[in-house]
Amino acid sequence: MMPNWVGMRLAARARLEGLGSNVTSVIWRLGFAARFLGYLVAHSGTAMRRFRLTVAEVYFAGVLSLVIILVSGLFVGMVLALQGYETLQRFGASESLGVLVALSLVRELGPVVAGLLFASRAGSAITAEIGLMKATEQISAMEMMAVDPIARVVAPRFWGGVISMPLLAALFSAMGVFGGYLIGVQLIGVDAGAFWSQMQAAVDLRNDIWNGVLKSIVFGIAVTWIAVFEGYDAPPTAEGVSRATTRTVVTSSLAILALDFILTALMFTGGNAP
Amino acid sequence: MNRSTIDLWVGIFVAAGLGALLFLALKVGNLASFANNQTYQVNAKFANIGGLKVRAPVKSAGVVVGRVSDIQFDNESYEALVKINLDVNYQFPRDTTAKILTSGILGEQYVGLEAGGDGVMLKSGDRLRLTQSAVVLENLISQFLFNKAAEGKDAPKDPAK
Repeated sequence: MMPNWVGMRLAARARLEGLGSNVTSVIWRLGFAARFLGYLVAHSGTAMRRFRLTVAEVYFAGVLSLVIILVSGLFVGMVLALQGYETLQRFGASESLGVLVALSLVRELGPVVAGLLFASRAGSAITAEIGLMKATEQISAMEMMAVDPIARVVAPRFWGGVISMPLLAALFSAMGVFGGYLIGVQLIGVDAGAFWSQMQAAVDLRNDIWNGVLKSIVFGIAVTWIAVFEGYDAPPTAEGVSRATTRTVVTSSLAILALDFILTALMFTGGNAP
Repeated sequence: MNRSTIDLWVGIFVAAGLGALLFLALKVGNLASFANNQTYQVNAKFANIGGLKVRAPVKSAGVVVGRVSDIQFDNESYEALVKINLDVNYQFPRDTTAKILTSGILGEQYVGLEAGGDGVMLKSGDRLRLTQSAVVLENLISQFLFNKAAEGKDAPKDPAK
C-alpha cells in the first residue's frame, strides 16, 4: 500500500502544480496584454501621423470584409423576417415585423454577428500576418534598425480594425433591415407604411442605435487587441503561428459574447430603472 | 494594387459605413420626434401606474402630444408622481383628465389626456388634479370573484328551503 500512497501523492501534487502554473501563465499573459495595449495606445503617434499606414489597414480589415458582411447581413435580415413573420402573424401583429427586424439587428445581431465575422475574417489575418513577421524575424530586423515594431506594424493594424468595426456593424444592420424589407414587404406583403412607421416609432436613436454603435466600438477594440496581441506573442514557429491564429478566433468570439452580455445588462436595464 | 486605389476603396468604405449609420438614424430610428421640440412639464399623481415607463407616449385623441419624462414615488401621499413633457404646440385646459391606458390587449401602457372645459390653460409646473390609475388585472379578478362568491352564498340556500 505504501508505494501506492506515495505515487498518488506525487500525481496529485503534479496536477496541482500544473493547475497552478496554468493559472499563473494566464494571469501573466493578461498582464502582458494589458501592458501591451497601454504601450500600443501610447505609441500610436506614428499610426496617426503617417495616416496612410492606417488607411491601408482599414483597406485590409474593412474593405476586404465588406462582401462577407453585406451578404451575411442581407441573409440574416431575410431569415429574421421569415421567422418573425411566422410568429407574429399568430398574434395578428405582423405589422410589427419591421420593429422586430430592426431592433434585433441594431441592438444585438448587428454588432455581435459582424464582430464574430470580423474576428474570423480580419482578426485571424492580423494575427497570422504579425506572427509570420515575427517568425521570419522581420520584427527583430525592425528593432535592429531602431524602428519600433509596435508603432510601425502593430498600431496601424489596431487602429485600422477599431475604425473598421463600427462601420461594418452599421453596414450589417442596414443591410439586414433592407433584407427584412425585401422579404417582409416585397415577398410576404406586409404593408410598407406600417413596416417603416412602426419601426421608426419603436427604434430610439440613443437607446437602440447609439448603444449598438457603442457595442460595435467595444467589440472592435477587443477583437483587434486580441488579434495583434496573439500575433505579437506567438511563438515564432509554424505551429506557434497556427495556434495563435486559432486562439485569436476562439478568444475573441468568447470575448464578444461575454462583453455583449455585460454591455446589454448595463445598457438595457428595462423597466423603470433610472 | 497601388496606393491611390486603396485610398479610393477605403473612402468608399467609410462613406458607405457612415451612410449606413445615417440610414439607421433617419430611416430606422426616430431622430426627430420631440427631440428638438419645445416642451413644458406638468405632473400628475396616480394611485397606481401599472407598467408605465419613462419615455412612454402621452396621447390625446390618439395623437402623441408628449412623453413621460420621470416617474417617482411620493413618500407623503404614497402615490406615484409622474412628470410629463408636453409639446408647446398643444395646450390643454386646467381640468384635463389624465388616465393610464393600455394600447391593445398586450400593448404598452401610455398616458391618455382628455381635455376638460376650463378656460384657463395648463402652465409649466401645473398638476393634473383628475387622474385615473391603471387597471390592475388582479384587482379586477378579485372583485369579480368576490361578487361571484357573494351571489353563490345566497343562491344554493333558496332551493334547500
